[in-house]
Amino acid sequence: MKTARVAYNGSIHSAEESEGNVKLANGLIVKEEEVVWLPPVEPQTVFALGLNYADHAKELSFNAPTEPLVFLKGPNTFVGHRSKTVRPSDAINMHYECELAVVIGETVKNIKKEDAYNYVAGYTIANDYAIRDYLENYYRPNLKVKNRDTCTPIGPWLVDAKDIPDPMNLTLRTYVNGKVTQEGTTKDMIFDIPMLIEYLSSFMTLNKNDIILTGTPKGLINTKVGDEVITEIEGIGRLVNTIISD
Amino acid sequence: MKNGYVKFSETRTLQEVVIDTDKKALTLSKETLALDKCNLDVPINGTVYGTLLNYKGELEKLGSQLNEAPYKNPPVAPVLYIKPVNTLNRSNKPIPLPNDTRELQIGAALGIVFNKVTSMVSEQNALDYVLGYTIVNDVSIPHESYFRPAIKQKARDGFCPVAPWIVKKEEIANPDNLEIKVFINGELRQQNSTANLVRSVVKLISDVSQFMTFNEGDTLLVGVPENQPLVQNLDHIRIEIEGIGSLENTVKL
Repeated sequence: MKTARVAYNGSIHSAEESEGNVKLANGLIVKEEEVVWLPPVEPQTVFALGLNYADHAKELSFNAPTEPLVFLKGPNTFVGHRSKTVRPSDAINMHYECELAVVIGETVKNIKKEDAYNYVAGYTIANDYAIRDYLENYYRPNLKVKNRDTCTPIGPWLVDAKDIPDPMNLTLRTYVNGKVTQEGTTKDMIFDIPMLIEYLSSFMTLNKNDIILTGTPKGLINTKVGDEVITEIEGIGRLVNTIISD
Repeated sequence: MKNGYVKFSETRTLQEVVIDTDKKALTLSKETLALDKCNLDVPINGTVYGTLLNYKGELEKLGSQLNEAPYKNPPVAPVLYIKPVNTLNRSNKPIPLPNDTRELQIGAALGIVFNKVTSMVSEQNALDYVLGYTIVNDVSIPHESYFRPAIKQKARDGFCPVAPWIVKKEEIANPDNLEIKVFINGELRQQNSTANLVRSVVKLISDVSQFMTFNEGDTLLVGVPENQPLVQNLDHIRIEIEGIGSLENTVKL
């Protein structure tokens, strides 16, 4: 099952997918374009992984990390499907990052990787934009790069974990104005989903609806105002976003 | 006596109270309650953002390292981090000592609590968005390098005790001149002042709000002074901030 949070007719609804349309909790079926899409779960603690695909680390001339490179994102940065993301006028290099997002299903601590999938509620797609001009070498990647308003589209759907039998074998693609610019597979993650859940839960409690953005493969290019950026993951869906000026 | 806010565990919203920080009592309408008889929750419900390297003494301690690898240049933008919800802890509750470390670093921080959505505000208007101030202990496992986000060192369960109250901003004439003292087992171990901030309270709010929005209930820590005391199992910590009160916790394995 695929679920979402949307605004329709002045209120917020939970919804599910129905033959490509959006079925509200009250049974009303509306088109994708008729709703305002919100992040499919309300973000609270959100982890993101840096350099978690070997080819991307190489692309940025970094050695692959020996321990997960984790940073946190605040609720302010998230926007839903079909939203607009602001490119600051002084930015020279702003790139998308197509990422598989893992949503935790319950409060857990000290999970072993063998059991980790039991605690996954589902999956969605995130586009973890970065503005590389603002990178500084303190707690890098710093929040000015990674926690900007509108810079993390997420959605459209939360797909039930049971509908994705092998999340470690999914194709990821990004299209800019219809052309494929990034392609990879979740097979190439350095730290896979069970390892990430084991790692994070070994030193802190994970809560229901915590989200882990698992990193991005190579193929990052600069995006311009007006570009339509679609991040797509096999079996999960397509997340549409448009770049606007500030 | 200070006007402020607390959150009782039984209620959903903050309650206005008069706080007697010396006698440790709260007056609510006309009723006065001993603080230790109240079941108080953490008085903030948003995201807690910390600020690194916002005391002049911290930058001075790093000295020429700021120009060397891996940093290469002194910081330009505010260096922020997040204390996620699992870290929130109440006053007088134990700070859990993880079994992979013997020492913890105490981070005495003034917390600015926002009262509305705060985006792209000027320094002149910054305080219009502030509800008040609280005391936060930004606990860390000691770490030498600031190159990568210190999630494993800063995001452990219970690593963010927050004072039981928020003092209204009107009670604090100048948030950039508050004395901070840290006592470990009754002994004064650290003393500093928000007069030594690199970015003042209003400058920090203004600069951060240019690239990210604070929501009502979010809290921004102004930073932690240099020479953070180290503590071990069973140590008792009292952080005092002038005009706001004190926050006490004990480390417990």
